[in-house]
Amino acid sequence: MNLRNITADKLVALYRNRDLTATEVIQGVFEEIERTDKDVRAFITLMRDRALEDARRVDAKIQAGETLEPLAGVPVAIKDNMAVRDVLTTCGSRILENYISPYTATAVERLRSAGAIVVGKTNMDEFAMGSSTENSGFFVTRNPHDLTRVPGGSSGGSAASVAAGMALVALGSDTGGSIRTPASFCGVVGVKPTYGRVSRYGLVAFASSLDQIGPLSKTVHEAAQILEVICGFDHYDSTSADTPVDEIVKGLDQPVKQIRIGVPKEYFVDGMDAEVKAKIQAAIRLYESLGCKIEEISLPHTEYAVATYYLIATAEASSNLARYDGVRYGLRQAANGGLQDMYRQTRMAGFGKEVKRRILLGTYALSSGYYDAYYLKALKVRTLVLRDFQKAFERVDVILTPTAPTVAFKIGEKTDDPLSMYLSDIFTITCNLAGLPGISVPCGKNSEGLPVGLQLIANHFQEGPLLQVAHQFEKAGGFLL
Amino acid sequence: MANNYEAVIGLECHAQLLTNSKLFCSCSTRFGEAPNMNTCPVCLGLPGALPVLNRLAVSMAIKAGLGVNCRINPEAQWSRKNYFYPDLPKGYQITQYDRPLAQQGHIEISVDGVKKTVRINRIHMEEDAGKSLHEGFSDSSRNTHLDFNRSGVPLIEIVTEPDLRSSAEAYDYLSRLKEILEYLEVNDGNMEEGSLRCDANVSVRRAGEEKFGTRTELKNINSFRFVQKAIDYEVARQIDVIETGGRIVQETRLWNSEEERTVSMRSKEEAHDYRYFPDPDLPLLVVDNEWVETVRHSMPALPEERRRRLVQEYALSEYDAGVLTATRALSDFFEETVKRSGQPKTAANWIMGDLLRFYKENNVDTKDLSQSPVTPEMLADMIRLVENGTISGKIAKTVMEEMYKTGKPAQEIIEEKGLVQISNSGEIEKIVDKVLEDNAKPVEQYRAGKTGSFGFFVGQVMKATGGRANPQTVNDLLRKKLAG
Ligand SMILES: [Zn+2]
Repeated sequence: MNLRNITADKLVALYRNRDLTATEVIQGVFEEIERTDKDVRAFITLMRDRALEDARRVDAKIQAGETLEPLAGVPVAIKDNMAVRDVLTTCGSRILENYISPYTATAVERLRSAGAIVVGKTNMDEFAMGSSTENSGFFVTRNPHDLTRVPGGSSGGSAASVAAGMALVALGSDTGGSIRTPASFCGVVGVKPTYGRVSRYGLVAFASSLDQIGPLSKTVHEAAQILEVICGFDHYDSTSADTPVDEIVKGLDQPVKQIRIGVPKEYFVDGMDAEVKAKIQAAIRLYESLGCKIEEISLPHTEYAVATYYLIATAEASSNLARYDGVRYGLRQAANGGLQDMYRQTRMAGFGKEVKRRILLGTYALSSGYYDAYYLKALKVRTLVLRDFQKAFERVDVILTPTAPTVAFKIGEKTDDPLSMYLSDIFTITCNLAGLPGISVPCGKNSEGLPVGLQLIANHFQEGPLLQVAHQFEKAGGFLL
Repeated sequence: MANNYEAVIGLECHAQLLTNSKLFCSCSTRFGEAPNMNTCPVCLGLPGALPVLNRLAVSMAIKAGLGVNCRINPEAQWSRKNYFYPDLPKGYQITQYDRPLAQQGHIEISVDGVKKTVRINRIHMEEDAGKSLHEGFSDSSRNTHLDFNRSGVPLIEIVTEPDLRSSAEAYDYLSRLKEILEYLEVNDGNMEEGSLRCDANVSVRRAGEEKFGTRTELKNINSFRFVQKAIDYEVARQIDVIETGGRIVQETRLWNSEEERTVSMRSKEEAHDYRYFPDPDLPLLVVDNEWVETVRHSMPALPEERRRRLVQEYALSEYDAGVLTATRALSDFFEETVKRSGQPKTAANWIMGDLLRFYKENNVDTKDLSQSPVTPEMLADMIRLVENGTISGKIAKTVMEEMYKTGKPAQEIIEEKGLVQISNSGEIEKIVDKVLEDNAKPVEQYRAGKTGSFGFFVGQVMKATGGRANPQTVNDLLRKKLAG
């Protein structure tokens, strides 16, 4: 069965009424994957046996008339940088192509406890470094809307799996836009929660101070359901926030009248795709018609965000990726020149070009004599970026921007031009630098039928209001603009 | 020192904190387990695992900081020290770099009666690495095995200012430091097992010169004995280099204990760039005043303070005070005995004279006296029995030995063996009369002026009473009766 026409809450209702069994649904999912994934190529690992086993357990519960968990029997896809016990966790990298995790990430564990069934692990840019999923060490994932185009990245496999109806919802991770950009390119909803909102335990680190796990789904309502399950303090992540999680679903239906929406002038840059711009302007008008107050605001340090981001993210990555040395797990290349040679050969063969580039950049930024000029300076600018937002949130409740400057681009179009690739994240990375929650929602399609994404940003821990504003947009027909 | 040179020495000591679990995971720190038994995703550095701070380790580090008179910083920061090594599972060590836990302390040392203050620059916390096993396996000629049981074990590094001027001072500093850490029960002081490790920064300069010379860093000094030897060797080497027209190169040198010399390991040019930066996985370590005060209140008096108290309050000699404070357990034993008996001098004599001999004969380490057959309570009781005349000092020696052997209290031993002192003068008089009667000839000679045999009569009386007669009464009676 294709999941494109059903949502999580409806599916669970069907189970409750015994109109469907989980086994039927999961079997259908794998049939759909078989049909579709040879073209889309969203999955690295399929977990058919375990998923069917989980489905039988859900069916037994239904049979016994037991209360079902909120996500009982909901098929989910997990980005392959989250640890799942006894399953490959490759991070899209050759260096981990044989690595099986002995434990499960907290966010995945929480989803499973809520009844969700993991159907597989999805493709991604290697170690989440990229905006197109072309940097996967294994294969390129294609955009279900146009197989000649990228799905965005780095959570391209997760976004494509939801867009193609191979999973109902998916988990991705977002370090600089890696949930929101693919959501935008694939025409689905993607949320990057506040930093610290979702435990990073079991998420293979790219840039620890920026990484955050979040949901991808077709509707805002489903994203809210997933967030309620995965958010919250976790003892195993010292950066996870001990802030209570609001009921997000309950607040979705509150009207947005009188809500103040800020539109930052720095986000409407020259060279932005005209059709994207037009869609965003249509979205603004829609909000106006819903009674929102639109205000132009300024986030003056936006122009430094990309440079700041690439210093901090690569510096942290250069250290986070040091553990892949061929000594304890993962790839080990034979070498004749002793230990140093083994390190060199293993990392040379195991890491792709983009990962190597970023390790080098980050190593340079942290090296003695350059630390103050690069890394330390970047941390200072990061504070300024945050201050811009804090000031803005004194005046507005939510900030509205495009998610990406363009729609999904052609496969291979930017692979030789890392700088233009980096600019795909220009509107999303500020959220990560400031630790703010952001959401990308579909905002219609361009003349070629390619999805455009609208980004909304709220203050720290304001996922509730953020999703409410997004949900009202969806309800008012915004997704079909 | 040769040719008026002066040595300038600073020490960096790593001490393993005596926590039950590791610094960033709940794995056990127990020593001697099978390789890699005490490991988990966190201390193995598996993808996605994150550190969670063991706050008990911080409390111990605070204790050590206070113990060497440091200021405890209200905020400390965890940093990553990046380098590649097979036994370093994450490719970086979590440590404290520019914002350590404790700073600006000092320790008093004394060499040949000359006292001196050694300043401590800082104490920071960090995690230990694993261990490379190069031998002991059938394939050891080709492969190295790795044991991560130590990986993530909490350490503190205590760094001095370059205040030490001789290997003897370095040795005394280390002894004091070891003593303090042991007293505080934050480290077991075992250099041979590696729970206390020490690197030395050594340079020389001509006497009167103010500028420091170029220094070398000595590593691998894994025994107390070697600290002095290694420093002496290195100082002599450096002087020799300078005297023969050479220049000292800033480098790391390894102490080779078999050849008794230091060997160049790497030069400054080859030194690692560790690319320290704040660990984004761990928030700032905030240590509020309340935490520091809670730790302070849990601390015992330190050796220096105790020695002072023993000399001032109990009027013991410096030497005795030193012996009795050698370990915290012994010191506690002594003070407890004094508290119960009110007899500091007597307690000191019993402990130093008899008890320490028993411990030595039975290989008892005075670091832990919890299993001692004689307790402070038992010793105090015995002292009281001597005091009130129940037993003589001489009998007490026997009782003490018996107490150690059997663990029975003095009272019980005395009753069992009938060792109660005879103080009743009527009873003693009868025995004295009997002795004089049986020794008529010596009595005659005594009375004729051969008074040197007085001791003989005392001995006879004691023999007849099994040593239980009150010696004073025996003396008095004998003098009276012999004077006849
Ligand atoms: Zn562990």
